[in-house]
Amino acid sequence: MSVDSATVRRIAHLARIKVVEADVPHLQNELNAILAFVEELGTVDVEGVEPMTSVMPMPMKKRADVVTDGAIAEKIVVNAPVSDDHFFVVPKVVE
Amino acid sequence: MTGLTELTLARARDGLRQKEFSAVELAHAHIAAIEKARALNAFIIETPEKALAMARQSDARIGKRDAGPLEGIPLGIKDLYCTEGVQTTAGSHILEGFVPPYESTVTANLWRDGAVMLGKLNLDEFAMGSSNETSYFGPVISPWRRRGSNTPLVPGGSSGGSAAAVAARLCLGATATDTGGSIRQPAAFTGTAGIKPTYGRCSRFGIVAFASSLDQAGPIARTVRDAAILLRSMAGHDPKDTTSVDVPVPDFEAAVERGIRGLKIGIPKEYRRDGMPSEIETLWAQGIEWVKAAGAAIADISLPHTRYALPAYYIVAPAEASSNLARYDGVRYGLRVPGKDIADMYERTRAAGFGKEVRRRIMIGTYVLSAGYYDAYYVRAQKIRTLIKRDFETAFSSGIDAILTPATPSAAFGLGEKGSADPVEMYLNDIFTVTVNMAGLPGIAVPAGISTEGLPLGLQVIGRAFDEETLFSVARVIEQSAPRIAPPEKWWA
Repeated sequence: MSVDSATVRRIAHLARIKVVEADVPHLQNELNAILAFVEELGTVDVEGVEPMTSVMPMPMKKRADVVTDGAIAEKIVVNAPVSDDHFFVVPKVVE
Repeated sequence: MTGLTELTLARARDGLRQKEFSAVELAHAHIAAIEKARALNAFIIETPEKALAMARQSDARIGKRDAGPLEGIPLGIKDLYCTEGVQTTAGSHILEGFVPPYESTVTANLWRDGAVMLGKLNLDEFAMGSSNETSYFGPVISPWRRRGSNTPLVPGGSSGGSAAAVAARLCLGATATDTGGSIRQPAAFTGTAGIKPTYGRCSRFGIVAFASSLDQAGPIARTVRDAAILLRSMAGHDPKDTTSVDVPVPDFEAAVERGIRGLKIGIPKEYRRDGMPSEIETLWAQGIEWVKAAGAAIADISLPHTRYALPAYYIVAPAEASSNLARYDGVRYGLRVPGKDIADMYERTRAAGFGKEVRRRIMIGTYVLSAGYYDAYYVRAQKIRTLIKRDFETAFSSGIDAILTPATPSAAFGLGEKGSADPVEMYLNDIFTVTVNMAGLPGIAVPAGISTEGLPLGLQVIGRAFDEETLFSVARVIEQSAPRIAPPEKWWA
């Protein structure tokens, strides 16, 4: 399988990465090189094989349902590019 | 006292306890070495004040006979580990200026045991690379050079800063991480020892995530013993990481010298690649002779799905990365580039904040997870992962105790030599290491020889899940049997 330039633009948008038109052809080449590299996986017989979901199968450990942390709003917003009164600030999304 | 930087971690630990020198003296010696070695670009930031403050506390504890297992030992920390109050970038512009208000569990374990932090080490951006050339903060230059040449070489990646700093005697050991070979390949390129423990052995809490089902923390050190000492402190169950496994952490150091008499070492025929340099073949053959001479039996084995591991990895790892890296959106931390609306802000921020390789992997990951391709790519790759793990289980259940392979397909290469036209050329570096991540197993790289050009070469030992002890004992035999590898000449100082 290989991708065309429209697919490159669509993936970039899904990934929320702005791609300028001039970058599309070489991105397309690079992605197709990777897809060509993984092509041979199609030849493997995977009939009846379970996909791996956990590399070290074990029952998930659960902890007691108690509050162990909190009241650290200051710490949570300290690295925000824009914040106001313990809120993250983003461009207006609702008119 | 410049001689202090030449000590092994084990020797420095013993010297501190016997008060031959102080932790402050040891820290000063390393701080001075780091200042002289800026040409290597191994550190993103140096923290000399913090190192000295921690060393003074160590001296006080040693004075009170209250020393921890790593008391006063100066370490470098890969800049993928969150360190409270100290910038953590993952080698990316998008996290430049990020100062975590919390500490990763692994580094917290090291400080609990008395270790001293010298600074944060350079790496490939988000640990995506095999040469340390994708770092936003510039490539790391290997302390090694080809005999009679000034060509700058890569230290390997992604833990290139860790490997270079340890090889150049800038720290006694370093933390690293390994998703497809990022501890073992740079260790092999720099003549250092590096272990990727079993998945779940170390907590991933506070380590910037790349591919969560493959990422694992581990040390790079100058000797097998030093790596064993560090891993014991780093490892352990952590309630903050549900994939960390609640099993006892053995005294790895005690296993280093236990010998390998009676062990059965498997030699997988699929690791003999067409076009493999003859010096890698020779190194491997030598390694086989050394373990035989130490009393182990050799058995030819087959791991039939080996060749599919790397392509399957380049589906699974980017898929997980595309999901993990969705959090960098210019809202909660890191870079923000304004846009005409929120979606435009996300897109501009991520285009400006991520480097080329990271953008490429996010896009591949997005593609293989997208509607219509999920089953053909992602689910198929996870099925192949099951087959790869099954290959190893079959070998181990037939009585094999450990598997011996080359660590890398070649010695270190020059800056800019690989991957500029075709990204896959760089990916092939991980051909021998990536299988281990896919199966969650432990693997160690140990220096075993010198190439015809005068560069270090490493062998890899792969073991059963949670049997790092056997790896340490086999690696020690190789380390002991190999001709002594002199440290690189200090051309930078």
